[in-house]
Amino acid sequence: MKPTDTSNPDYYHKVVDCQWACPAHTPVPAYIRLIAQGRYTDAYMMNRVSNVFPGILGRVCDRPCEPACRRRRIEEKPVAICRLKRVTADFKEDISARLPKVPKEKNGKRIALIGAGPASLTVANDLLPLGYEVVIYEKLNTTGGLMRSSIPAFRLPAKVIDEEINTIIDMGAELRLNTPVTSMKELLEKGDEKGHFDAVFVGCGAPMGKELEIPGRHDSENIYVGIAWLEAVAFGHVHSIAPRVLVIGGGNTAMDCCRTAKRIGGENVKVVARKPHSMLKASEWELEDAEEEAIDIITNHSPSRFIVEDGVLTGVHFESVEWHKDETGRLKSKKLDDVILPCDAVILAVGQENAFPFIEKDIGIEFDKWDLPIVDKTTYQSTRAGVFFGGDAAFGPLNIIWAVAHGHEAAISIHNYCRGIPVEQRLPRGINLVSQRMGLQEWSYSNDWDAAKRRIVPHLSLKERFVDLKLEVEKGFDIDEAAVEAERCLNCDMQTDFTHSLCIECDACIDACPVDCLTIVPNGSEEELRSRLTAPALNQEQPLFVSENLTQTGRVMVKDEDVCIHCGMCAERCPTGAWDMKKSIVHIPHAEDYNEN
Amino acid sequence: MSFNQKPKVAHPSVTKNKEGLTRRDYEGALSTLCAGCGHDSVTAAIIHAIWELSLPPHRIAKLSGIGCSSKTPTYFASDAHGINSVHGRMAAVATGASAANRDLILIGISGDGDSLSIGLGQFAHTARRNVNMLYILENNGVYGLTKGQFSASADVGSQLKKGEKNPFGPIDPAQIAINMGASFVARSFSGDKAQLVPLIKAGLSHYGFAFIDVISPCVSFNDHESSTKSYMHTRENIHEAAHIDLIRDAQTITADYQEGTTKALTLHDGSRLILDKIDTDFDPTDSIRSLTYIRDCARKGQVATGLLYIDRDSIDMHDHGRICDTPLVELPMETLIPGNAALQKFQDILH
Repeated sequence: MKPTDTSNPDYYHKVVDCQWACPAHTPVPAYIRLIAQGRYTDAYMMNRVSNVFPGILGRVCDRPCEPACRRRRIEEKPVAICRLKRVTADFKEDISARLPKVPKEKNGKRIALIGAGPASLTVANDLLPLGYEVVIYEKLNTTGGLMRSSIPAFRLPAKVIDEEINTIIDMGAELRLNTPVTSMKELLEKGDEKGHFDAVFVGCGAPMGKELEIPGRHDSENIYVGIAWLEAVAFGHVHSIAPRVLVIGGGNTAMDCCRTAKRIGGENVKVVARKPHSMLKASEWELEDAEEEAIDIITNHSPSRFIVEDGVLTGVHFESVEWHKDETGRLKSKKLDDVILPCDAVILAVGQENAFPFIEKDIGIEFDKWDLPIVDKTTYQSTRAGVFFGGDAAFGPLNIIWAVAHGHEAAISIHNYCRGIPVEQRLPRGINLVSQRMGLQEWSYSNDWDAAKRRIVPHLSLKERFVDLKLEVEKGFDIDEAAVEAERCLNCDMQTDFTHSLCIECDACIDACPVDCLTIVPNGSEEELRSRLTAPALNQEQPLFVSENLTQTGRVMVKDEDVCIHCGMCAERCPTGAWDMKKSIVHIPHAEDYNEN
Repeated sequence: MSFNQKPKVAHPSVTKNKEGLTRRDYEGALSTLCAGCGHDSVTAAIIHAIWELSLPPHRIAKLSGIGCSSKTPTYFASDAHGINSVHGRMAAVATGASAANRDLILIGISGDGDSLSIGLGQFAHTARRNVNMLYILENNGVYGLTKGQFSASADVGSQLKKGEKNPFGPIDPAQIAINMGASFVARSFSGDKAQLVPLIKAGLSHYGFAFIDVISPCVSFNDHESSTKSYMHTRENIHEAAHIDLIRDAQTITADYQEGTTKALTLHDGSRLILDKIDTDFDPTDSIRSLTYIRDCARKGQVATGLLYIDRDSIDMHDHGRICDTPLVELPMETLIPGNAALQKFQDILH
């Protein structure tokens, strides 16, 4: 194998699995260390740079970081990264003085953002400090988009949303509530009463709940579309539901629907999904929360018709099915039986769709066969120059953290576009490496292995939580629990950095490594090398580190990064300092890094 | 040295041996030797070997004298028996331990000072008695614990860190061992576990006195350019006479080795030693040719390594004394000390 080029920013970045997995590349280990030091405000601000909404995401993020967490490869449970993020929001002090400064003198460019959800707000957050004038159009009478309308308040309280959104609005965004954009053509050609817009960003989400067109669908008023129903509950238009409720669907919206139903009159609430439990789209933890609230989750049931007698919904007819793969590997279902589940109301949570009724077909914004806009995956620009998409509006329903990541990138494109620079022109990512050696055997970070098990976040008791629809169920970690959980982090950004010319091949590092990551061997092809290591390197997605030829024997030092616990033993036992523990600071450029020169 | 104990967490692929133990279970206390010390690599090789042999820790006795090397037993098999004896007297204590309990697996660790200066006599006599034990000498040519004076194994002309040259010829423990009657003599290098681990396994499987001289560089006092026991010098001058592999399970032996250069030897405990000769004129079963070979290498400035000598038919101290198979510690007191009447009877026979 060729020697590994560790100066490529992606190499060490990939070792920090959580940060690599996060769409916004939040520096997870770095902020967790700040929590361990009690520096909650610093940790919050570090989060905010990457993900803009730490308080919101600390509650409802889809957490791609946690399945990626290295701790899972050593023991079962990842670090509770998401809940630690919430800790930074819960215990932070006043941050107003530390927010980006917005210049009094504007740069003369005006940007229209459609929708006041996380994607648009991220764009506003990035562009306001650069002197842009930003106008946000929102059809509802409040901000937040689906964060507010379809995530129930018992998971995400309104005050958390308000606080983080107001931070951005208060930077000087002009917010126009109850103002849906009705014609994109008009917006692009005429602008508004103050003038022309230099660029438009569409961040209006995927606001339409999918329909389930089976017999009887329109024969009863007690069949609701999940997204719309959640919105109606959130905004106080619906206060109750009939006692026996079926929620059809297996995603996170289904979980929000069933738990909401349980709080406003649903006594017997069941979720019915077509797929088996292992294939449900809902996050593991959301399924757990629903099951804890005594909600039945029935799987392998495919709905076939609604049973409506004399205009009254009495049940739903299902076919129970089993799943198998056909020759081409596609999943096929086979009917087993007919099942009737009695109910008084049904909530459909079978997916979301994009809807752009306001975008005319003849203005150069092209759509694909699924009616999704054609959007460049790097620049987020549509087929019409100056019109950008992000969040669910761009590629269909994803999670908030993706909307944030899109927003950051779209802001860069808009900034380039408004300065006449090609939108494709992007700054490379950077990485800094700083030695963490404080003494012979002393490191700047807590390098010892901590065997503590994952802390469980306290919940309101089942009795308390149903008293009020808006009562937040999760309490969040207290400071002591957060400190224990923070120590579980393996500090994967503390990189084991190797200088081949210093190595005397004494084997001390190999003997000291508790997880058998290191081997000195004659070089070979990757496949063959992977089988010759001290412990087999099975995770093909994690690249091997291969040094240049060592001076004494011409062999190479190979490190399998996969299960390295970053304990620093190799560097501690190294007599020549060939191994060193260096903190990697990944720099992901944002709009503010694109200066005029 | 490290301040943190090696974390207990292990690689997910870690496997258990026949005793139900992982390699990590054979580890010992945190090493307080200098970082990069060859002795720590020897420790790791011992751990690897005794794990692969599935030795039950309670049957192992670790013995040592005084010196950096003699700290080694602390760093492996915490569950085994152990004694840190007087300087140079480990061999005598091991002889006593073997006399009392011939079922013990004795692993003695010593250094060039402990075995070749103050303990040379002890070492020679234990080899002569062919005490059934593994005797590892961690050889770095220097007194590390007293800050780097020459030891008895330092080569003529080899220099100290500050430039003094050694005027005396070295004592080669491998030659002494062969001359004294040791029945298994090998030499290896701490930086070459591929060679060292099979040798330790073979030494532990051998019946009789198994001696391994391990070049184990001292990073603090003897790893400089004019040292002949440095990592660099050893690597440049190492000359492997024969590579060995130990196979315990008879069925796994395949016949794909070349006649003439490869030879299989069956050991006392039934395991097979596959000997892959690198020099065809070398024969480790002939002590005279073996000694000649070692001296030839030395004259050329080379360090002969690998299995240097083996006598599979030797008899150990117990056989010489016609001592019963049951370890003496397990005999009931009345059998072990039958009393005055039995003594009288015995003396009557003699008269």
